[in-house]
Amino acid sequence: MPRFVANRLLALIPVLLGIIFVTMLVMDLIPGDPVALMLGENARPEEVAALRAKLGLDSPLLVRYARYIVDVVQGDLGRSILSNRPVTAEIGDVFPHTLRLTLAAMVLAVVLGIASGVISAIRPGGWMDAGVRLLSLIGLSMPIFWLGLVLIYVFAYYLRLFPVGGTGTWRHLALPALALSAPSIGIVSRMTRSSMMEVMHEDYVRTARAKGLNSSSVILRHVLRTSLIPIITVVGLQFGQMMGGAVLTETVFAWPGLGRLTVLAIFARDYVLLQGCVLVFATSYVLINLAVDISYAYIDPRVRV
Amino acid sequence: MSSQPVDTAQTAASGISASRSALEETRRFRSPLMDVVRQFSRNRMAVAGLVIVVLVTFTAALAPLLAPADPAVQQLDDKRMPPNSDYLLGADEFGRDILSRIIYGSRVALFVALVAVAIAMALGVSIGLVAGYTGGWLDSVIMRVADVMLAFPYLLLAIALVAALGAGIENTTLAVGIWATPSFVRVTRSQVLGIKHREFVTAARATGVPTLRLVLRYVLPNAIPPIIVFATLYMANAILLEAALSFLGLGVQPPQPSWGLMVADGRDYLRVAPHIATFPGIAIMIAVLGFNLMGDGLRDALDPTLRGRI
Repeated sequence: MPRFVANRLLALIPVLLGIIFVTMLVMDLIPGDPVALMLGENARPEEVAALRAKLGLDSPLLVRYARYIVDVVQGDLGRSILSNRPVTAEIGDVFPHTLRLTLAAMVLAVVLGIASGVISAIRPGGWMDAGVRLLSLIGLSMPIFWLGLVLIYVFAYYLRLFPVGGTGTWRHLALPALALSAPSIGIVSRMTRSSMMEVMHEDYVRTARAKGLNSSSVILRHVLRTSLIPIITVVGLQFGQMMGGAVLTETVFAWPGLGRLTVLAIFARDYVLLQGCVLVFATSYVLINLAVDISYAYIDPRVRV
Repeated sequence: MSSQPVDTAQTAASGISASRSALEETRRFRSPLMDVVRQFSRNRMAVAGLVIVVLVTFTAALAPLLAPADPAVQQLDDKRMPPNSDYLLGADEFGRDILSRIIYGSRVALFVALVAVAIAMALGVSIGLVAGYTGGWLDSVIMRVADVMLAFPYLLLAIALVAALGAGIENTTLAVGIWATPSFVRVTRSQVLGIKHREFVTAARATGVPTLRLVLRYVLPNAIPPIIVFATLYMANAILLEAALSFLGLGVQPPQPSWGLMVADGRDYLRVAPHIATFPGIAIMIAVLGFNLMGDGLRDALDPTLRGRI
C-alpha cells in the first residue's frame, strides 16, 4: 500500500509540471505588455525595460519556466502585480473560504445525491423515479450563476431568511453551497441510480432477499455498498466541477474566495496572481483525484495490482 | 399499410397472412439505423429533448420573423418594465424587449456551441485516431498532454484561454472548443483501441488496404456512435460554458444578446426587477436540458453499454 501511494505521488510530478507549462504558455499569449500596464501610460521606455528585467520577463519562455519551477519548489509563487504582496499570502487569505464552500457543497451533493439516487433505484419506472430523474436533469442543466441569483431573490430579498452575500456564519454559507452543489447533486443521483440498477439483479441480492432480509437492509448493505466505487469516482470528479463553479458562485455571492480572486486577477491583468490561482486550483484538483484513487485501493484491493 | 379502402371481411380473413408479410417486411428492412430510430422514438424523454432542440434551432433560424421587436432598440421610457402586453417578458434596463433579445440570443448560444463542438470534434477525433491507431511513444505523448489539459478544473482552462485571447464571440468559441478537445481525444482513442484488433480490420489490412483508408473506412465508422453521443452532451456543456464566460464578462460582449450576458445585466436590478435576470436563465436551462435529454436518449439507443460511462 505505501508503495502504491508513493508511485501515484511520483506520477503527479509530470502532470503538475505540465500544468505550470500550459498556464505559462497561455499567459504568454495575453496581448499587451503587463509591465507597461503596471507603470501606467506615462512610463518611459527605459523604466518599462528595467522593470521587465527585474521581473525576469525579458528571458525566453523556457528560462522563465525553469526559474518559476525552482521558485515554486521553494514555496514562492512570486509577487502580485496588483497588491505587491506575495501571491502565496494573497491565496492563503482566501483559500480557506473556497475550501469551506466546496466542502459544504460536496456534503450536500453526496448526501442529497445518494439519497435521491437510492429512492430512484428502489422502484425504477415509478413516479418517484421519474420525478427524481427529471429533477436531477434540471439540476445539471441549470447555470449555477443563475440559480445563485434566484436563491438570493427568493431566500434573501423576498423571504429574508438568509443574507445576500458575505461570509461568517452557516447562514452565509447555505445559499452559495446549495447553488454550487446543484449540478453535482444531479450527477451523483444519476450515477447512484444506474450503478445500483446494475447490481440489483445480481444473484447475491436475490439470495439476500430470499433468505428473508428486509428490503431496506438489502438495499443499503448489499446493493448500495457494492455500487459505491463508480459513485466515488463521480464524486471525485465533481470536485473539479465545483472548483470551476466556485468562480461563478463566489462572484454571485461576493464570497471572498479563490474563485473571485481569479476573476479579479484576470480583470487587473495581474498575470503573476492569475498563474498562482490557476496552479493552486489545478493542484488541489489533482490531489483530490489522487485521494479518490487511493480510496479505491482501500475499498477494492484489486486496484492495487 | 394500404391506402385503398378494403372490405373488412376480407381484411379479417387475410389478417394472419397480412401480419406475417408485414413482419417479414420489417425483418427485411431492419437496419441498424432503423433500430436506433425505433429505440430513440420509444423513449419519451429523448423525444422531448429532440423537440426542444428542434424548437431552439428554429428560433435561431427564424429569429427576425419571430422576434416582436428589434433586440437592439432602446425605449428608455420603458426601462425595467415588468412583463405586460407590449413586452411579453418585460424590458431590460435600457428598455429593450427581453423576449426579442432571448430569441436573438439563441443564435449566439447555438453558434458558439455548434462551432466549438465542431472544432473539438475535428481536432479530437483526428488526434484520437492517430493516438489510438499508431500507439507507441506518440500515443503516450498525446495522452499525457490530454491528461494535463483535463487536470484543469472545469471552466478554469477556458477562463485562462479567454483571458489570454481576449473576449468576444470568436475567442469564446475557440476557448470552448479547445476546452472540449481532450475529452474527444480520449473517447475516440478508447474506441479505436477496442476496434483495431478486431478481425475485420486485420482481414482488411491483410488484403493490402492502405493505412489511411483502413483508418477512415474501417476503424472510424465503428468508432462514431459514442462520439455522436459525446457531441450532443457537449453541446449542452458548451452552451453552459459560453453563458458562464459571458456572465463573468469574459465571453460575448455587449451589445450582442448573449443569454449569460443578459443574466449578468439583470444582476444589478435583481431586487427591483427580477424578471431581467430570470427569463434569460430559463432560456439557457431549456436549451441545455434539450441537448442533455437528446444525448441521453441517443446514448441509450446507440449503445446502452455506455450508460454510466458517459
